[in-house]
Amino acid sequence: MSAVDTVIQLVYLAAATCFVLGLHLMNSPATARRGNQVSATGMAAAIIATGVLVARAGTVTVTGWVVLVAGCVIGAAAGLVSARRVAMTAIPQLVSLFNAVGGGAAAIVAMHDFIGRATAAGHPHIAARDSVPTVLDVIIGAVTFAGSLIASGKLQGLVSSSPIVFPGVRALNIVLTAVMLGGGAFLIGARPTGAAAVLWLMAVLAAALAFGVTMVLPIGGADMPVVISLLNAFTGTAVAMAGFVIENQVLIISGALVGASGGILTKLMADAMNRSIPAIIIGGFGTGDNAVVAGPAGGSVREVKADDAAIQLAYASKVIIVPGYGLAAAQAQHEVRELADLLESRGVDVTYAIHPVAGRMPGHMNVLLAEANVPYALLKEMEEVNPDFSRADLALVIGANDVINPAARRPGNPVSGMPILDVDHAKSVIVIKRSMGQGYAGIDNELYADPKTGMYFADAKKGLAELAAAVKTLVG
Amino acid sequence: MSTSLLTDLSIFVLSLLVGFEVISKVPATLHTPLMSAANSIHGVVLVGAMYIAVTAHNVLGYILGFVAAVFAAMNVVGGYVVTDRMLGMFRKRPALDAVPEQRDADAERAEARR
Repeated sequence: MSAVDTVIQLVYLAAATCFVLGLHLMNSPATARRGNQVSATGMAAAIIATGVLVARAGTVTVTGWVVLVAGCVIGAAAGLVSARRVAMTAIPQLVSLFNAVGGGAAAIVAMHDFIGRATAAGHPHIAARDSVPTVLDVIIGAVTFAGSLIASGKLQGLVSSSPIVFPGVRALNIVLTAVMLGGGAFLIGARPTGAAAVLWLMAVLAAALAFGVTMVLPIGGADMPVVISLLNAFTGTAVAMAGFVIENQVLIISGALVGASGGILTKLMADAMNRSIPAIIIGGFGTGDNAVVAGPAGGSVREVKADDAAIQLAYASKVIIVPGYGLAAAQAQHEVRELADLLESRGVDVTYAIHPVAGRMPGHMNVLLAEANVPYALLKEMEEVNPDFSRADLALVIGANDVINPAARRPGNPVSGMPILDVDHAKSVIVIKRSMGQGYAGIDNELYADPKTGMYFADAKKGLAELAAAVKTLVG
Repeated sequence: MSTSLLTDLSIFVLSLLVGFEVISKVPATLHTPLMSAANSIHGVVLVGAMYIAVTAHNVLGYILGFVAAVFAAMNVVGGYVVTDRMLGMFRKRPALDAVPEQRDADAERAEARR
């Protein structure tokens, strides 16, 4: 190993160290940003070192350089522009998109390597040492690529966010799985050569792409965060496999790191929603998008108008705002802050109760409200705020459902055991909601039928604006 | 099984274990940025995409190399920038009882210093 190669390997090691340290610093909000910068520095070093390595190889054609540089510039520009311009509410779908292209790139790395080996002079057999990681990389990478694109499309509204199930989807999935695994096993076991090997790999690729689509289509919008996190872990694994294919240790280390941490993160998210990962993948029990207008089920529901709600708000001394999925979906973070400012100017004590999984992703609500300049100190975590509800005159629930369902305290229903916000302990409750539709758990919320609860049926953004206007007229 | 493959496998397994350990105590608030951060780290596949250029000598190779480079570069750059934007919003966290006006003034002073 020449001195330069040694230095490059050491830079790779330093980069891997930066990734681990970076992730570790993400454990606390105070150091998280520095963690990301440490990680980015390691990445820059690894890429520069690879540039030196590629240049020293001396086999890169002029076209090769043009293609590589043009690709990097175009990709970097696309990434930079979309990351800067994206609205904070659209971050989950952008992360999903970046995840898709990462998985796609990993699959392409292995495909290119495999095609090169299979079509080399004399059409040699490909050893298991190369074919096993190639097959795994192509399958995982392609499933992630297609699945993440669908997940992104669902969150963006390009693909219906309700579960899409068509007849025969189970049978189709079985066929696709058989092609993926069967084709992969054939490539590894029978070791076809030349064009036949490439054709088999293409069949595996096509089946994996189709499987990615059929895997994510039946999953509802509210489960998307967990799915994106899972696909993120998949991409990590695919990248590690690409590292085995081209024998590059920085890819193996980083890929494994992301695969494992992404897996843990997926489990944490699923736990916070009281959902199991297999249940989500096999097909959940609802849509999470409360778009379906259902009639009030069981008990009678008291509907309030903006004026009544405004009186309650303006003359309360302590109000707790409970934002949820509906607030994120309607992008109503600025409206809620305006209403809160208005109330605060009247001397009302306003705080926000943040459930760990409120919004479209765990922690998403904090980002959204931070964007609307809500002081961080007003955002209370669940354990902190729950004792306060009994002292609150009014809890204003905006598009939250399952995370406030008192049924969670009883065993025997889909939300049982899920930690909830004790909204029902407040003296009175106003719920802003588009309809009586159910949350993703697919059960009715008895809180809505409680006599102290008033339902204000509206889109979160429009409803909050109307409430603010009503409060203004009221207090003149 | 060759020594190099064994080494690679050991590295893979140990890295998995590090991955499990390193983020076990993350508060829910940081789940979204953390996912985004992990997402940018697997953008290291750009290194793999660059390797393609070394052996690409025909049209198919160039196309694959180009697409892989675009994909991976987008993953890396976009991932880090969007994570930084998200975390930047957490940064302005005021002291627990600071009044809003004062906090804004603090932020402005901090901006001016930079």
